[in-house]
Amino acid sequence: MTVRERKDLQTVTIRFAGDSGDGMQLTGTQFTNTSAVFGNDISTLPDFPAEIRAPAGSLPGVSGFQVNFSSRDIKTPGDEPNVLVAMNPAALKVNLADLESGGILIVNSDAFSEGNLKKAGYARNPLEDGSLSGYRLFSLPISSLNVNALSECKLTRKDVDRCKNFFALGLMYWLYDRPMKQTIDWIDSKFRKNPEVGKANMLALKAGYYYGETTEMFTVHYTVPKASLAPGKYRNITGNEATAVGFVTAAALAGRPLFYASYPITPASDILHELSRHQNFGVKTMQCEDEIAAMAAAIGASFAGNLGLTGTSGPGLCLKSEAINLAVMTELPVVIVDVQRGGPSTGLPTKTEQADLLQAMFGRNSESPVVLLAPATPADCFYMAIEAWRIAVKYMTPVLYLSDGYLANGSEPWKIPDVGSLPKIDVQFRTDPEGFFPYSRDEVTLSRPWAIPGTPGLEHRIGGLEKQHITGNVSYDPENHMKMVELRAKKIAGIANDIPDLQVTGEPEGEVLVVSWGGTYGAVAAAIEELQSRNLSVSHIHLRYLNPFPKNLSDILGRFEKILVPELNLGQLSWLLRARFLVPAISFSKVKGKPFRISEIIDRVLEVIES
Amino acid sequence: MSTDTIAPAKLTRKDFETDQEVRWCPGCGDYSILAQTQKVLPDLGVPREKFVMVSGIGCSSRFPYYVNAYGLHSIHGRAPAIASGVKLSNPDLFVWVITGDGDGLSIGGNHLVHCMRRNIDLKIILFNNRIYGLTKGQYSPTSEFGKKTKSTPMGSIDYPLNPIHIALAAEATFVARSMDVDTKHLVEMMNRAAKHKGAAFVEVFQNCNIFNDGAFRNFADREVRDDRMIAIEHGKPLIFGKDRDKGLVLKGTNLEVVKLGNGVSESDLLVYNEEDPNPTLAYLLSGMSYPDFPVPVGVFRNLRKPTYDELLTGQLERSVQNFGKGDLEKLFNSGDTWVVE
Repeated sequence: MTVRERKDLQTVTIRFAGDSGDGMQLTGTQFTNTSAVFGNDISTLPDFPAEIRAPAGSLPGVSGFQVNFSSRDIKTPGDEPNVLVAMNPAALKVNLADLESGGILIVNSDAFSEGNLKKAGYARNPLEDGSLSGYRLFSLPISSLNVNALSECKLTRKDVDRCKNFFALGLMYWLYDRPMKQTIDWIDSKFRKNPEVGKANMLALKAGYYYGETTEMFTVHYTVPKASLAPGKYRNITGNEATAVGFVTAAALAGRPLFYASYPITPASDILHELSRHQNFGVKTMQCEDEIAAMAAAIGASFAGNLGLTGTSGPGLCLKSEAINLAVMTELPVVIVDVQRGGPSTGLPTKTEQADLLQAMFGRNSESPVVLLAPATPADCFYMAIEAWRIAVKYMTPVLYLSDGYLANGSEPWKIPDVGSLPKIDVQFRTDPEGFFPYSRDEVTLSRPWAIPGTPGLEHRIGGLEKQHITGNVSYDPENHMKMVELRAKKIAGIANDIPDLQVTGEPEGEVLVVSWGGTYGAVAAAIEELQSRNLSVSHIHLRYLNPFPKNLSDILGRFEKILVPELNLGQLSWLLRARFLVPAISFSKVKGKPFRISEIIDRVLEVIES
Repeated sequence: MSTDTIAPAKLTRKDFETDQEVRWCPGCGDYSILAQTQKVLPDLGVPREKFVMVSGIGCSSRFPYYVNAYGLHSIHGRAPAIASGVKLSNPDLFVWVITGDGDGLSIGGNHLVHCMRRNIDLKIILFNNRIYGLTKGQYSPTSEFGKKTKSTPMGSIDYPLNPIHIALAAEATFVARSMDVDTKHLVEMMNRAAKHKGAAFVEVFQNCNIFNDGAFRNFADREVRDDRMIAIEHGKPLIFGKDRDKGLVLKGTNLEVVKLGNGVSESDLLVYNEEDPNPTLAYLLSGMSYPDFPVPVGVFRNLRKPTYDELLTGQLERSVQNFGKGDLEKLFNSGDTWVVE
């Protein structure tokens, strides 16, 4: 066997692409977990169609999974893949434009049949017409190699074919010098009850690996050394998982049962799936008849003293609006998760966007202040989920938690926290009937008492009609209404005193300030790091609290000449900043269902500096 | 109904009155329903703080303000969903849903159906006055076809629906009907609903003397009631009439009114079984309307099956048995982990 050259690389981005039935999400996830456990920093971006099984071989049926792994601290799934694995012509067609020039292109040549080429809209076979000469093309008959490797398996041809993704995975493990152990362990436990299928996947994986090792096709293979992450124990976690685990934790820290009512909707359903597995924590999940019912049930749960939670995506948030206002009026603690997706209407269900900000802020009748939080990274979802409950309970208010499709399905290493280090959430139920009024207020927080049914002597009635200050009786008095509108607003505004100040990355004053929020953190922070390394005067703040804004935001904005606001919408945060602080914020919009690339941010900042 | 709390000091009707001025129109049927409820609640052996009244929007939905218990006057149509959240969060509570024909069957039809099919232990009282009262007189989903109202000057071209049919189709485990003017019967129905374990649905014919006065007069007035209505009772023949001389028999798949005598005796009549899991007869009976048939009141259906809240509690307990009490440490560390030194 020839000894192949081995090269060290710092960072590699691979995109696995195939038909939505080809198992690309699983392949990507396996590669990710292996790389994470190996010790790389990782960041992932799944990209899949809304159709469960679009016609095989068609362009809409292409499913992709991008993983960025590195020996450095990375913040995004990578701008452009260095490697594209395309399992059929459609996958090549859809993804080729993203592959870096000169990048590695691995294709399953068996899938390039006349029929598949036609379905993908190729007049000629791109593997033969020289059109791929700008890439390092490796055209291998993955399907038939896989069939040969599995010749002894007692499986149907169809089942054998389904293992070809693991052949590709094995090959990539060899090419990037990854151990197969994680995946072997996974196969063992996954197919324990179906050993024949398990064996087939194992054979495919190893066949791919040894194919890379024994054939002369690849003259070089690569290593990506371990990253130097902060010491500690880690696991890989997606935003939706971190959100769900955060809520389970919040309930434990509050000592109250979590009640999650939800209606299935992409890309929020995984939160429901995850939470429904944790009944032993006292977590109750209810799959409701519709979005409205889910919001309503969460309100009922909070009235009764549980942590009433609901989760949805944009179209569902529209349906919940009226009921959210009932929680505003009754001043009950509920948390509403909106995993934002492309819109309007049904829009792009599986793609990311940040365009629900103004809906979350204002999309209800009348003066309706709610708290808005937005996690910054998949792992940050864990902390913001806890923070959402801390605020909801302390201030007796609905809290809207704005995640997005990118955070929800993307993943990164999560440094597992020490349970004991997480602060308790203080829940105070009113029990003393002496001097009890449902709308009396705490002097500092302005929150009303949480008096739950079952408490003797505190029987009271609340509802959607305007309340008389203190007594909570129905009141149509004009002066009282003005007072209550102001009190509700003041209560939310006052939370600014109870959230952390913003930290400026870079100089505290200067020429350009980039202001980002929510899931764009990774791309923006990476761009700023790069620009600052070029000694350019660019600073950055990232908002995780959108209502109220952190107290020092106004000051910071005032210290810069130019303010650039990159957002995956048409400028909603910049609209809020302009309205609120009278600053000439420059909006940088992208609304393509895709996250920002680091390079896009860098280019735009450079333009602003030069303007 | 069971409760493990210590029997409280004897409650009275007064204990369930609030200091709020009742603001229904004088003469409204709602007063009677409120009074009968306040009569029923103290005798259930449940401490007052365990009652929760949840309502939507409409005249009927002001009800919680007038009952001294916990109450939530919510938003239009959503009371069943809110009440579901309350009950599932604390199954120890006794949760009532107060709704109307517009609130429960129009804007909130979806929630009503689903809370009944889940068999959540809720007591649902639907005030049916066949009109929108609070918005001042538009037709409702139970208004008769052709009804002239403010929004239908040429007559309604909506076919009405039958609340009992909806409850039966949704598999509520207790389904009954009563009316505001028959206070004794109403107390009995509310009492039975309260003691039922599971989703209990009671339709109450309720007169709106402002916008739909006399909606039920042609069969419910005292002088004609006995001949034009029938009180169905478990285990008893379906018999009615001032002189108890008429009854119901089944001809093929249809009901028929027969006169007793001339060779027809009580033993020829249908005997009602409210515990029959087959809903066919309940459906036929509740479909009867005047003048072709007597209008039925009483319990159409009364079944015991596990409630959603019982099943949920069972799952939570089993989950702890199977996996141990939730442990954050274990949860955080599940899946593939690695250590960075």
